[in-house]
Amino acid sequence: MRRRLGRRERNALIRIITAFVLFVALFATDKAINLGGVFSGRYCWLLPFCLYFAIYVFIGYDIFRKAAINIAHGQIFDENFLMCVATFGAFGLAIYRGVSGMELEGFDEACAVLLFYQTGEWFQRYATGSSRRSISALMELRPDCAVVKRESGIETVDPSEVSVGETILVNPGEKVPLDGVIIKGNSSLDTKALTGESLPREVFTGDEVISGCVNLTSQLEIRVEKAFYDSTVSKILELVENASDKKAKSENFITVFAKYYTPSVMGIALLLALIPGLVTGDWMTWVYRALSFLVVSCPCALVISIPLSFFCGIGAASRQGILVKGSNYLEKLNKANIFVFDKTGTLTKGNFALSQLSPADKKEEILRLAAIAERDSSHPIARSIVASYNGKVEDGYVLSDISGKGIAAKKGDELILCGNEKLMRAYNVDFVETQGAGTVVYVAHNGIFVGSMLFSDEIKPESQQAIRELRNMNCKTFMLTGDNEKIASSVARTLGLSGYKASLMPADKVAEVEKLLAEKQNSQALCFVGDGINDAPVLMRSDIGIAMGGVGSDAAIEASDVVLMRDDLNGLPIAKRIAKKTMRVVYENIIFSLVVKAAILILSAFGITNMWMAVFGDVGVAVIAILNSMNVNNK
Amino acid sequence: MKKVYRLEDLDCANCAAKMERSILKIEGVRDASVSFVTQRLSIDADDDGFEEIMKKVEKTCRKVEPDCRIIRG
Repeated sequence: MRRRLGRRERNALIRIITAFVLFVALFATDKAINLGGVFSGRYCWLLPFCLYFAIYVFIGYDIFRKAAINIAHGQIFDENFLMCVATFGAFGLAIYRGVSGMELEGFDEACAVLLFYQTGEWFQRYATGSSRRSISALMELRPDCAVVKRESGIETVDPSEVSVGETILVNPGEKVPLDGVIIKGNSSLDTKALTGESLPREVFTGDEVISGCVNLTSQLEIRVEKAFYDSTVSKILELVENASDKKAKSENFITVFAKYYTPSVMGIALLLALIPGLVTGDWMTWVYRALSFLVVSCPCALVISIPLSFFCGIGAASRQGILVKGSNYLEKLNKANIFVFDKTGTLTKGNFALSQLSPADKKEEILRLAAIAERDSSHPIARSIVASYNGKVEDGYVLSDISGKGIAAKKGDELILCGNEKLMRAYNVDFVETQGAGTVVYVAHNGIFVGSMLFSDEIKPESQQAIRELRNMNCKTFMLTGDNEKIASSVARTLGLSGYKASLMPADKVAEVEKLLAEKQNSQALCFVGDGINDAPVLMRSDIGIAMGGVGSDAAIEASDVVLMRDDLNGLPIAKRIAKKTMRVVYENIIFSLVVKAAILILSAFGITNMWMAVFGDVGVAVIAILNSMNVNNK
Repeated sequence: MKKVYRLEDLDCANCAAKMERSILKIEGVRDASVSFVTQRLSIDADDDGFEEIMKKVEKTCRKVEPDCRIIRG
């Protein structure tokens, strides 16, 4: 977390160090020769008072200024003001001792309290600044300029001034400023900042590229497809910047706590000074104890460290390519133990790969015939057939689409049939039925059955590991799919899912999620994981909507609460771990700060501790809590 | 209308919380959040008289934290 200091921070640090050196020098001199004894008589306290007070003013003038301004504005519960009251009070008590002829003490304490307070404040600023900067590395995604090819020549402009359809140039080493399509050049792109993926991605002419990637090897000409404010990078930045809007329950708790904490501590301090003071008549002791109270009256440790923990959690997740849209989702993610998955495109690739072919020795023949029939179709299975066939696809056939059955291809007397069993029956072909989880395509040539192919949606290689990890975290996993029972049960078995529902219409998915939501307890949370394409209603309805492969898909980014930028389900266990760590730190900080503050208050009330301890406690707790929060970020 | 502003020199976390509370009390403000960590103010207020509301917001912020400025660009 080392970094260069800003000008303001440096100045403040120099001031603190100077004050500290002066203070130590004065303190040592005082202890050695007893400044109070230099002059004798009634005004002997004036010398140490003036010296300590000079350092006090030097270290605290900005606090006095702020306190004065705030009082003028009617803000009395201001910690600057309270620090002033506490330290002025301490000086007052010390002067009183001096005037009334008691042994001189307390000037050093009053001065030191403010010095430590300032040190603590400085450190808080430094630490929050550091973590803010480390997370805003993501903000570096923001492109500074775009190089546009216009009639007037090549111009460098602000990305927001480029309109859709214009051509931009991106040199190696530069960021792609806007979403678009490559019209010239091949290169590799570093998408790490966007997806957390460290391997560069190869791109070629005609490919879509998204803003925020860094061009690595050679110049690209890109036709702009989206204006800057609609581009991926703007969307992501907006999302991260607004993430702190959605506050978690524990954050709201702190806000409410802060509202009542300061006035209560002040009230108790007042009572502590007045009541035992009146009863015992020992005003010195009780006023001193009350002043110690004021030192701990700022709830800073909590007010900073809790939002900071969430912020660090969101930052840590975004570096793994996981966008979390608010602290509340991080909180819920920690409780999440029911994961509902969409099948196609989420657990499976949605590509319908050829998984079985029979008879195997007729492979070439089957594929050749099928490719002829399916060459012009855009159905995923047709694309898969054409891709599987290595030879040249013969043409000259008349293709007719027989709706719901398949395709017939004719050339002269030759007839190729390619489709499901209904097509075979319609043409009275004697065929061998194939069983299996997936879609079966039968091929017949001139009325004679040639063979069949089984296409199944491939399970993503990472699905298995992700599901296993989730199960190890005691999460239930369900799959909802529109596919038939056979396919669904096979996928569910392979992956080891807790349950599945097949043959669902999109509306049924919402109903199924509603049912699961009704069954779960309040302490649990339900996540729906989908590719965001047609499951927006379900994403919205579930406690946490998680969309996969968010890069480039606005719909997914908008409808979901968490976006896995990389098309990789392993992001789920990672997100859950980050959420868990964040929440642990949040609770640690809440409990730790409250316990220490309460301890200081009680000890001060009984006079066991003094103002030194109080300020150490107050500032120390804040610093420890902040360091603990930053720990979330170091993964 | 929902807008997000950057805040400059927002130095204390408790002030951020106080600012948020006072901004929420301004008439016409539907929702507001001041984040100390990101140094941002996001505000959702009525479209009518948005400028007026923002002036009040600025005044409120100055009251709570005299050094803090709202960057409006």
